[in-house]
Amino acid sequence: MCDTCGCNITHGNQHLIAAGGKLQKTAQGSEALSVLKNLLSENDHLAAHNREHFDRHGVFAVNLMSSPGSGKTSLLEASLDALGDRYRIAVIEGDLETENDAQRIRSRGVEAVQITTGSACHLDAHMVHDALHQIKLDDIDILFIENVGNLVCPASFDLGQHRNVTLLSVPEGDDKPSKYPVMFRAADLVALTKVDLLSVLDDFSTDRACENVRALANAAPVVELSVKQNASMAPWLEWLDQQVEHHRQHCQRGETLRPRIQPDGVRLHSLAT
Amino acid sequence: MHELSVCQALIDQVENLAREQRARRVLSLVVGVGPLSGVEVSLLEQAYPVAAAGTVAEGAELELEHRPVRVHCRTCGEESAATANRLLCASCGDWQTDLVSGDELVLTRVEFLREQAYV
Repeated sequence: MCDTCGCNITHGNQHLIAAGGKLQKTAQGSEALSVLKNLLSENDHLAAHNREHFDRHGVFAVNLMSSPGSGKTSLLEASLDALGDRYRIAVIEGDLETENDAQRIRSRGVEAVQITTGSACHLDAHMVHDALHQIKLDDIDILFIENVGNLVCPASFDLGQHRNVTLLSVPEGDDKPSKYPVMFRAADLVALTKVDLLSVLDDFSTDRACENVRALANAAPVVELSVKQNASMAPWLEWLDQQVEHHRQHCQRGETLRPRIQPDGVRLHSLAT
Repeated sequence: MHELSVCQALIDQVENLAREQRARRVLSLVVGVGPLSGVEVSLLEQAYPVAAAGTVAEGAELELEHRPVRVHCRTCGEESAATANRLLCASCGDWQTDLVSGDELVLTRVEFLREQAYV
């Protein structure tokens, strides 16, 4: 942990604290300590622990994020129907209130753990860690984590997932990636959902949505789908197959698969300055 | 509004450092924040006194250091300034860039009074 967050600069590193080092006396008799600590390093530490847990049990974990009502649960339902024969799947559902989404998943015979966050607008690594105690990881291949519907806060918290998927539904408008750059920059795949509505909501341009994702320097695939049109699900399901295989190969080599945006970036910047 | 969670994480870190350094009181903190950290600076400023109340950091000044968005272009190799939702190379216009700065959320400096200073 210390090598990633910079918290190794403490009283133990006496040479840094010597004159001219990181710890300096001020004229008023107080002392100032230079540190480089990612504020969320505690969360990131637990997220890494979750990820190790997944890898040890060969579970591929996907974090689904979007605004409320863009179709996360519907996409899950359709995906469970399409993948149920090939993979053993469990779902963690994050919501402020209600068990509605978990019940929708359970009605398909799939295990679902509901996390009700109360007033918290996002899931964090701690909540997911607690929920994992209720899931037998040896019995599953894929874990879907449906985050709280919110395009802001969930992007800042690593949960231990291997991939981030961000949904953008046609009624929301194609400029959402520009309005919520932190969220869409974090996506390993962007799913444009409810594309069956493109015929009536003709001011939504899938090309423009894609350009707005690219403007965030994000090369993630952008797939178009509607859960009402079975054939349109194919690119999303193929991507999932590829990622499951990718993860399996990583695990065999003793490596871990991470989302493209990692808090490690903070460390790299810190070293550069 | 996850800024309160972020502030609580900040205070946890400051309390740990204060314990290690046997600090009696924390006077000030410097936190580097970039626009792509996902944290709203004004909300962070509002949440901070709430999180700091009753801790060793109560009353300590919070200084927020703005970190600019900068990208390094994979195509032409130039480094340039960018905005949060247009991470394009200012030199050649390519979108295939790496972020050099702008997503930081990092505690960089803590000023404190040590216990033995008054012994």
